[in-house]
Amino acid sequence: MSWVSKTLNSTLGKKLLMALTGLFLILFLVVHLAGNLQLLLPDEGKSFNIYAETMASNPLIRAVSIFNFGFIALHAIYSAILTRHNKKSRPVGYAMTKGSANSTWSSRNMGILGSLILVFILIHLRGFWYEFKFGEIPYVTYEGVTYKNGYAVVSAAFENILYVIVYVVSMAVLAFHLSHGFSSAFQTLGINHKKYTPFIQKVGVGFAILVPALFALIPIIMFLQSS
Amino acid sequence: MNLTLKVWRQKNPSDKGGFKTYTISGISSDMSFLEMLDVLNEDLSDKGEDPIHFDHDCREGICGMCSLYINGQPHGPQQTTTCQLHMRSFSDGDTITIEPWRASAFPILKDLVVDRSSFDRIIQAGGYISVNTGGVPDANEIPIPKVISDESFDAATCIGCGACVAACKNASAMLFVSAKISQLALLPQGKVEKRERAEKMVAQMDAEGFGACTNTGACAAECPKEIKLSNIARMNREYFSASLSTENV
Repeated sequence: MSWVSKTLNSTLGKKLLMALTGLFLILFLVVHLAGNLQLLLPDEGKSFNIYAETMASNPLIRAVSIFNFGFIALHAIYSAILTRHNKKSRPVGYAMTKGSANSTWSSRNMGILGSLILVFILIHLRGFWYEFKFGEIPYVTYEGVTYKNGYAVVSAAFENILYVIVYVVSMAVLAFHLSHGFSSAFQTLGINHKKYTPFIQKVGVGFAILVPALFALIPIIMFLQSS
Repeated sequence: MNLTLKVWRQKNPSDKGGFKTYTISGISSDMSFLEMLDVLNEDLSDKGEDPIHFDHDCREGICGMCSLYINGQPHGPQQTTTCQLHMRSFSDGDTITIEPWRASAFPILKDLVVDRSSFDRIIQAGGYISVNTGGVPDANEIPIPKVISDESFDAATCIGCGACVAACKNASAMLFVSAKISQLALLPQGKVEKRERAEKMVAQMDAEGFGACTNTGACAAECPKEIKLSNIARMNREYFSASLSTENV
């Protein structure tokens, strides 16, 4: 076994992969949010549609998006491997445990929260990504150039209250996942110091509240606008 | 005090085991938890029953021998060792559930006694410094800043009781291993071998079947010696830099 696979196959190495992919996905959330917020601009989706087209045709962005899918898969696969390993480490559980005495709820339920997020990602990809790429999508023309009207697909989807609820609840789940995941990733990378750990933890909490809240705001506002 | 105890009884490592309920009365709130169990065991011996087996030694909170998972927490509701836990932490009429440490790397020998020799094997893998004997070195020959020696000493207070493993939802030994790696890596005498040490001790920890770290912080919150989570971060740094820089291809 080479030193690379030996390192990455250790419990520490597997956690390193979780932390690095997690941090990349955190970065991706910011970019994704910046794009999504353009849905709320009062221009009937013009900025959003132009932005979506620009992103889809940029080769660098396309390459990054392939990495992004890969990292989501790696993050999920490694969490399954780690969960299996951890279950094997305690084959017989306790009759009575008091987890709330020593840890946060989200830190103890990252696997469940992550699985829910994975289900959401699949729903999300089917509903929007697949529709944008392969679905029958209306077109719109701005200044003589034809664009896919993704905005129309999104606003049609968010007329459905059930869809809106799924999105808002999923963002709450994401908030709990991030509330532990953000600072945990830094700890795994070995970054723990009294000068900056309190700062990282505060940023983590702020990020976990702000980013999912802004994501959730979009379906809510679009639903209210539609009715 | 009158108490109801639900105690895990298991004849031997291969026995299935199960909980047995005992009632006990006339317990003083000044007794330690282990003294309370001594009273129960005297009672069981008088009746000709097999006393409850549990680990203990110094009963001063410094040896790391006592264990017990009490009411869902290692060493019970106080952040101290079971021997230093007193019955005043409980109320008259309480039901107390007592379980052994649960981890595949800590197999149960009998009742509440678990085999923690996996910790010894981790230490044997590299938790030492290789110094040839010789003359006593001069005091202050090797300057060590006070903050560093304090931090090293904080890590060195780990008594290896295994509460971190017991508390962790993954039965991970990261806090123990990281304390042992840290105490040596911080000092000049230990720095010489710190890379190989980190690689070997982590490899042994994995070989013993301990879980991975989710950074819940349960270990540090329950540790009777208040070993800090920053040690785990240091272990991660040591391990990753070691795997990038040692000669072991």
